[in-house]
Amino acid sequence: MNYLPVLIALIKAVLMVAVVVVIAAYAVLAERKIAGWIQGRYGPNRTAFPVIGYIPILGKMLTRLGVFQPVADGLKFIFKEDPIPGHVNLVYYFLAPCVAFIPAMTTMAVLPFGEMDGQPLVLANLDIGMLFLLAVSSLGVYGIILAGWSANSKYPFLGGIRGSAQMISYELAMGLSILPAFLWANAPGSETGMSLFNVVQSQDQLWMVIWQPLSALIFLVALFAETNRLPFDMPEAETELVAGYNTEYGSMKFGLFFVAEYTHIVIGSGVLTVLFLGGWNFFPGLPSPWPGGWVGGVLSTLWFLLKVFTVVFFFMWIRWTLPRFRYDQVMRLGWTVLLPLALANLVLNAIFIALFDNWFV
Amino acid sequence: MANQVKEVSIGDVVNRSVEFEEDLKGEIMNINVGPSHPSTHGVLRLKVELDGEAVVKVEPVVGYLHRGDEKIAENMTYNQFIPYTDRLDYIAPLANNVAYVLAVEKLAGLEVPPRCQAIRLICCELARISSHLLGVGVYGMDTGALTVFMYTFTEREKLYTLFEQLTGARFTTSYTRIGGLARDLPEGWLGNVLNFLNQFEPVVEEIDKLLTRNRIFYDRTVGVGAISKEEAISYGITGPNLRASGVAYDLRKSNPYCGYEQYDFDVPVGSKGDCYDRWLVRMEEIRQSVRIVRQAINQIPDGPWYAEEAKKIYAPPKSKVLSSMEELIQNFMLVTEGPQMPAGEVYFEAENPKGSLGFYIVSKGGGVPYRLKIRAPSFCNLSILPQLLKGCMVADIPVVLGSIDFVLGECDR
Repeated sequence: MNYLPVLIALIKAVLMVAVVVVIAAYAVLAERKIAGWIQGRYGPNRTAFPVIGYIPILGKMLTRLGVFQPVADGLKFIFKEDPIPGHVNLVYYFLAPCVAFIPAMTTMAVLPFGEMDGQPLVLANLDIGMLFLLAVSSLGVYGIILAGWSANSKYPFLGGIRGSAQMISYELAMGLSILPAFLWANAPGSETGMSLFNVVQSQDQLWMVIWQPLSALIFLVALFAETNRLPFDMPEAETELVAGYNTEYGSMKFGLFFVAEYTHIVIGSGVLTVLFLGGWNFFPGLPSPWPGGWVGGVLSTLWFLLKVFTVVFFFMWIRWTLPRFRYDQVMRLGWTVLLPLALANLVLNAIFIALFDNWFV
Repeated sequence: MANQVKEVSIGDVVNRSVEFEEDLKGEIMNINVGPSHPSTHGVLRLKVELDGEAVVKVEPVVGYLHRGDEKIAENMTYNQFIPYTDRLDYIAPLANNVAYVLAVEKLAGLEVPPRCQAIRLICCELARISSHLLGVGVYGMDTGALTVFMYTFTEREKLYTLFEQLTGARFTTSYTRIGGLARDLPEGWLGNVLNFLNQFEPVVEEIDKLLTRNRIFYDRTVGVGAISKEEAISYGITGPNLRASGVAYDLRKSNPYCGYEQYDFDVPVGSKGDCYDRWLVRMEEIRQSVRIVRQAINQIPDGPWYAEEAKKIYAPPKSKVLSSMEELIQNFMLVTEGPQMPAGEVYFEAENPKGSLGFYIVSKGGGVPYRLKIRAPSFCNLSILPQLLKGCMVADIPVVLGSIDFVLGECDR
């Protein structure tokens, strides 16, 4: 039996996880730097790394940029004392961070991030990519519920309830908002299915955000709610619930929640880019100039990452600008505005396609 | 026999269904907000009863910061108590200093020279700006807008630098003395204040742009925690909170002190008394304070900055103490026995940033008060919390607390 393909897949997976975790860690740094920029202060600029930090000009520059801060943060998470309150339900208390972290990491398997010689750069090019992504990412809510429930404490409990209600409500609007994109990507009669790679390819001429701005907007709002970012950060609203569902967590268990949240943001931005911003397509109407071979692969990946980081920046920009919704307002927005809007959008698109499909084929 | 068994089983079913319905209603959860909680700004503790996300009952517990300031005052001379007034409303120590010495001067029947009055007035208004900046910044933070907080704190930092130039301390200023001030204005200080005001006004507009017309902020605050006119008066609420409820009561207009009557300013008044009105009133008061300070700087009088003729109250300048016998004795007496006050009772209220800060002083003569009572506006403003928060959501608690803008140092005394 030939083990080589398995081994290669394994190496790829480990690489991918490593890259995404590093991106998530640096997203934390970016958040702090962007917060500093918006609020008129510096952000982290003191953490120096031995040896590299003391190289005359370069070391100082990197220190000022806070490049070593994520390393310090990670070490701090690992080496801090890990207090376990006596009143927790131990099994679920330990399970919750894993349940939050694993789905966040798993979703990246089906997310294509580049193109090489017409083949997608992706861990698993599933036909049902989008379904898999929705299914797995919606498991993340169990992390919050379990964390809130197992802590046997009141603030986490409130945070857990809020989080579960919010994420379940917004999943509906999110699911409905991506369907029009797939309706258009799959011209009648084609057999592309729910593969994310084909969605990107179908946007060669026109990015979906231009064609489907309403779907993109609903998806974006739902994404904010799904990733628990301000203005939708109900589960951990710090001025109300202290730290929400992770109040009783410390050390690396808290770190896992933290990394999971930022991974969600990065992957969510990736999905938004793939579905609505044309993935690694150069510009709407222009053919992608990526050459063949690995150079094209790298270039398209970089272009894709650039778009992702722009979306991530948008996430942070919003967080440090807007106030937070109230819990009932979040629910009202989800059920009475976004859901009917997404439904109407889907139905109208479907009717439109049914009536005029001959124009496009 | 068979009948009896049947009855029991029916009873069980009924009981179980009752239990089930009780269970559907859920139970009331008791939760402690504070004494150390991100949104209670100090050590306020709220005993909250929650029905899901709805607040059923709130009981504020104050006193975690009680230091016995009123009792302390009985054991020291009038001047020695001034540093303690810094620690009442520690967001606006200068205004407390002024309010306290004005009360003692009212007891002594002393009138300070115009320059001293003008300087005190500038201090009061700068303190008001500083306090309201913290008020709106923290209010913004409580609704989730963290950036506004940083903007206001950047400005407060500049104000602290001004206070440091004026008094030598950033936080605990202790600037006033009975019958005058600790020292005259430093050279060029008024220019620095003007420079600050010039760059400060655009920042106020920026804060305004960020939150006042922000839809989320609007939804969070309009109609939340509304205090009617009658309620506000019956609970003894004062300051911006009272004016937000539609009562145009401002001691600076109704009982002017420090020469407030010479300056031209408006008293902003709200209409509904909800959190949004309280925000608007504070924002407008900041602008009005800027207006007052500008006028005061433009027409600041020259002349003495302490009551020279009050020899038993205000210590002479150090240069004279070191060179002249009479002043040396005067200084010695003042330091050892305190400023000499007539016997009597006096109550004085000043319009502080948080509301009317009142001092009730009973004197039996001599340099030490017999009894000193502080009317703390924060304490009275907080008294309405149980009624205000009933029926709110959990998320409204920080918003209402932020909009009331209290300081526990003053509340607990």
